[in-house]
Amino acid sequence: MAIIGDMNTAVATAPEPASPRLPGDLAIWFFILAEMLAFAVFFSSYAFARSADPELFNFYQQTLDRNAGALNTLLLVTGSWFVVLAVQAAHRNDQAAVPRHIALGMLCGAGFLVVKVFEYAEKFGAGISLSTNTFYMFYISLTFFHFMHVILGMVILAVIWTQARKGAYKPGHCNGLESGAAYWHMVDLLWIILFPLVYVMR
Amino acid sequence: MMNALKNPAHRAWLVLMVATGITWYLGEVGAAGTAAIVAMLVIAFIKGRLVVLDFMELRGAPRLWRTLLEGWLIVVGSLILLAYWISLK
Repeated sequence: MAIIGDMNTAVATAPEPASPRLPGDLAIWFFILAEMLAFAVFFSSYAFARSADPELFNFYQQTLDRNAGALNTLLLVTGSWFVVLAVQAAHRNDQAAVPRHIALGMLCGAGFLVVKVFEYAEKFGAGISLSTNTFYMFYISLTFFHFMHVILGMVILAVIWTQARKGAYKPGHCNGLESGAAYWHMVDLLWIILFPLVYVMR
Repeated sequence: MMNALKNPAHRAWLVLMVATGITWYLGEVGAAGTAAIVAMLVIAFIKGRLVVLDFMELRGAPRLWRTLLEGWLIVVGSLILLAYWISLK
């Protein structure tokens, strides 16, 4: 009992009003952390490879479609926002709003993929490939690795959308929804670094 | 309007949209050099932190997880800054 008392005191001294709670399953957070470490290596590899030849990177960066990159940021941010609203709807037991907001999030994700496909078509059509130069090697591999994560995010959203339509997520029973949402937000978070790094910083 | 902004997710979305516009604008005017890099990294940190706290909802999570994700933003941002600083020398 003394131990429980101590733990309560420790919780009470935390700045958050409610007791700390990690949304979703613990496992998804370890998975997210592993993914983020992989991207951290890629992002810093890009930055340090660039420092060896900034002229080349600055020159070829100008061939990228910055408008498409910015539009895709807006799409991912808005997609993330819809998915937060889905989680909030589940917490207040607004059953109809949960799948609706997940679907809107997927629509934004689909928009991202369409923009990216047009971007790739333009680059590949111009004969650019992984072996063109170091800049394009990084541009293609980094954005394509992220592209695949958007696809996985869409698959996860499709799964939670199906569950949400069956009314699976209720107040206090949102772990699956929150886990899927957390992964989707990670995809957004990674693009928030990738866009300025590859498209804008010079 | 003010009522809508009580929802932290709405606030975060609004700031994220505006911040994305600023980064795009810095690209349009061809901002380069240390000040531009620092500005873009600060904007990216603010944006990333909003995603972590208000979208991933880690504001009320155990400190360890909040620190891990916010720490990731700081480490990645610092490595990028270091690499750009080297390239400017």
